[in-house]
Amino acid sequence: MQANVDISLSPAELSLASPLIEIILTALAVLLLDLYLKEEEKGALTWISVLGLIIASIMTLVFWPSGEAVFYSSLRVDGFSLFLTNLLLAAAGLTLLASIHYLRNAHIHKGEFHALILFGTLGMILMASANDLILFFVALETMSVALYVLTGMWKERSEAGEAAMKYFLIGAFASGFLLYGIALIFGATGSTNLDRISAVLGAGAFRGDLLLNAGVSLVLIGFAFKVAAVPFHFWAPDVYDGAPTPVTAFMAVAVKGAAFAAWIRILLYHLGSVGDRWSFVLWTMAILTMTVGNLFALTQTSVKRMLAYSSIAHAGYLLIGIVAGGEAGGSAVLFYLLVYTLMTLGAFGVLMALKEHEKEADSYRHFAGIGFRHPFLGVAMSIFMLSLAGFPPLGGFTGKFYLFRAAIETDYTVLAVMGVLNSLLSVTYYLRILVMMYMEEGTGEARGFTGSPYLYAVIAATALGTVWLGIVPDLPLELSRLSFISLR
Amino acid sequence: MESLPGTLSLLLALPLLGALGLFCVPRDMKRALFGLALLATGLTFSWSLWILRAFDPAAGSMQFVDRLAWIPSYGIEYAVGIDGLSLFLVLLTTFLGPIVILASWSITQRVKEYLVFMLILQTSMLGTLMALDLFLFYVFWEAMLIPMYFIIGVWGGTRRIYAALKFVLFTMSGSLLMLVAIIALVSIAARLTHITSFDVVRLYDLRLPFVQQMWLFLAFSLSFAIKVPLFPFHTWLPDAHVEAPTAGSVILAGILLKMGAYGFLRFAIPLFPDAAVAATPFIATLAVVGIIYGALVAMMQRDLKKLVAYSSVSHLGFVMLGLFALNRQGLQGALYQMLSHGLSTGALFLAVGMIYERRHTRDIADFGGLWKPLPVFSAFFLLITLSSIGLPGLNGFVGEFLILLGAFKTVPVGAVGAAGGIVLAAIYMLWMYRRVIFGPVSPENRDLRDIDTREVALLAPLLVLIVFMGVYPQPILSRMLPSVNRVIMRVSEPGTVSAHWPPGTREGEQEKTRHAG
Repeated sequence: MQANVDISLSPAELSLASPLIEIILTALAVLLLDLYLKEEEKGALTWISVLGLIIASIMTLVFWPSGEAVFYSSLRVDGFSLFLTNLLLAAAGLTLLASIHYLRNAHIHKGEFHALILFGTLGMILMASANDLILFFVALETMSVALYVLTGMWKERSEAGEAAMKYFLIGAFASGFLLYGIALIFGATGSTNLDRISAVLGAGAFRGDLLLNAGVSLVLIGFAFKVAAVPFHFWAPDVYDGAPTPVTAFMAVAVKGAAFAAWIRILLYHLGSVGDRWSFVLWTMAILTMTVGNLFALTQTSVKRMLAYSSIAHAGYLLIGIVAGGEAGGSAVLFYLLVYTLMTLGAFGVLMALKEHEKEADSYRHFAGIGFRHPFLGVAMSIFMLSLAGFPPLGGFTGKFYLFRAAIETDYTVLAVMGVLNSLLSVTYYLRILVMMYMEEGTGEARGFTGSPYLYAVIAATALGTVWLGIVPDLPLELSRLSFISLR
Repeated sequence: MESLPGTLSLLLALPLLGALGLFCVPRDMKRALFGLALLATGLTFSWSLWILRAFDPAAGSMQFVDRLAWIPSYGIEYAVGIDGLSLFLVLLTTFLGPIVILASWSITQRVKEYLVFMLILQTSMLGTLMALDLFLFYVFWEAMLIPMYFIIGVWGGTRRIYAALKFVLFTMSGSLLMLVAIIALVSIAARLTHITSFDVVRLYDLRLPFVQQMWLFLAFSLSFAIKVPLFPFHTWLPDAHVEAPTAGSVILAGILLKMGAYGFLRFAIPLFPDAAVAATPFIATLAVVGIIYGALVAMMQRDLKKLVAYSSVSHLGFVMLGLFALNRQGLQGALYQMLSHGLSTGALFLAVGMIYERRHTRDIADFGGLWKPLPVFSAFFLLITLSSIGLPGLNGFVGEFLILLGAFKTVPVGAVGAAGGIVLAAIYMLWMYRRVIFGPVSPENRDLRDIDTREVALLAPLLVLIVFMGVYPQPILSRMLPSVNRVIMRVSEPGTVSAHWPPGTREGEQEKTRHAG
């Protein structure tokens, strides 16, 4: 390492960092304005945040060339990070739009909520683009700290505190694993920079096979915690259940997206040669995650908890793509993340639209008779449920099709068979919602619907997106493939 | 006649357009809703008649093919076509379309949604029959489930939710494994030929090693066998039939059950001919067991719908036996039997629905002496019953006769068993007819009104076809023949088919002979 490091920004670096800086500035502006705005004017914060996210998205499209590594190659801006950054920005934007009424009903402070979502998003974007294990770790912590607080934001609910505490403790635990793993990898390869690590691995010039393997396995465990893969999943249902629904949606979608992005970049791409030895472990983990997630989802009476377990199961499907690896597996994971983001956000959106006397309405019985009483929510929820279950011609089917295809082409046929059997299992509980909505008479509960037009717009957009990805998936498929092969 | 591009796509689009049109009609205008749905299905039927006229009976290949790149990066196409195997099933589907709409007049609640689902179902069934791309086929195949799920689950009987879920889970458990097999087949083919394509016509030319064929055949067959349903996968059928509304039962028995047999004929047998030959003894055995078992159970039923449902299990056993005779008579007979079962069982369910609407019971014991209050109905019902039994001169006879003829050549023992099934069919159907129509008339039944014009209009076209197909099968059989011959050729003459394939497949041939020896 050089002794004196030049810390001034070159114009190229500035333009690359500008979207990130823009997000920070937006978040700070929101925090500041929050102090001066009157309570009834705070709706503006949503628009400022959403505008900030849109501007950031445009800036990435304009300023980010392909394959550039900056800041002493600790940050890599390529097609892969472009794809994920925009996915994460969209997830954050949709979450904010959907939560306008929810925040009012739950008396959650707008300023902090928006700023924390923005900071969390920043951490996620950095996770997807980090080319250095240290930067990755810092990014992960940025995201995590924001989410710990967001989880506990609905102070009136007793479960919120419990969920936040649990999430924090487990999160800290997982971070410990990650950090120790990173240290061991540094010990074995002499660097935390991913380019240098893969060069060292490629040349076979590392010290201590055991050291390296121990490091990789610890990092793997850290990731497994973050995506809630079995057997490191037990925190997820309680945390998802206790958090405010918009935060749950954001966690289920964006945290998973960022964690899988980092997983692909670090474990699949740069540490791929070592990671291959772990494919059996991942294989087992994928099957366990799908099966346990689906079995527990089957027994839930709360739709929110059902969706929490179903998100565990979907992490299992995504792991199929990770095990398959290569261009087919990697791009299938990216495509599935896109589909998953839309359908899960939509499903949580519908959940937010139901209410019972200002309380959350999240049990199955609250869905009774909605299908005919509120056709829009009924149709949208049917699309999300059928897509999550993997019925064609919806996005969820296309996504699963590519995951299973990647597995079969790499001769993991058993994994694909387990995947389809799990889909069958999941049909049972997803269809239960349809049964409630269309085949049971409403009992008077959840009569109220929050009338927020923005929430409905988000639901409509995600539903249309889910259908679109099922019927004409060619363009997004090609995008996810190009993003994956742009990794370097 | 020169085929126009878009012919079949228009056929697919018409019901869907009707469904879109329904959204614009206010929900309380029941007549307008039904009128529009009738118009859409009527147009679909007329268009399919035009296709029948333009169909070249001599060509065994795909006709009216529409191709459009869908997901080019993965070799997935929107490709539809029609040949002698699918032509008449398509016609059966479009023919039953207006009839089931008309038969649904008694639906009073949520008419709009009901009709929308019916029309979507129509499109997805037609798509399943015409798809040439395996991916497209799978999409339509699964898409059939959702509308049927709703039709049973929302408008069905008391145990409708259970029946609907059972229907979906049974069908999906097979079809998901078929999805894996489809992907595996295409990726194996891609390795051999370096072309990724889901085009089934292209995949026909491939001859895989025997072991691979066997696995893939198993996965495809499971999916189709559940749909047929082949014994012992039939347990979903009685529940679904009993709980579905009349029109749902008609569609289920008339068309959906044929999809399984059609799948064997279009995909499982020609794609994996060696495996099909090897599996013949097993499937023929199951088919004969199904014939006898279905008939015996039907005999013991008290519920009319259950009786018809189990008779379907028996009749579909005939179809399977004919298919796996794997010769010309067998296949033609199976196809013919599929059509005539669609007509006669469809008519049976309509008839049962009519008396159910009058008495609100399906218990055979509640009826008796219906010939007195319902003379016209009784006459119609007799003809349908006889058609279902397979009386010579009516449609059922032709198919069963051809199937037995074909089966005697390859699986004679099975043919003997199946012939016994025909006797049983005569027993349970005639016994049922006697108990429902003859005997003393009970006071509850005395004042029932006879069927009205609408109901006559429902049954009459079916009866005309039942008689026509019984006395003059030639125009139908001759149009099936060229395509049937192609399937037979693929099964019996492996050498000629795989001759123009890249040398990579040769190894497969050797492996096959090794396994066979």
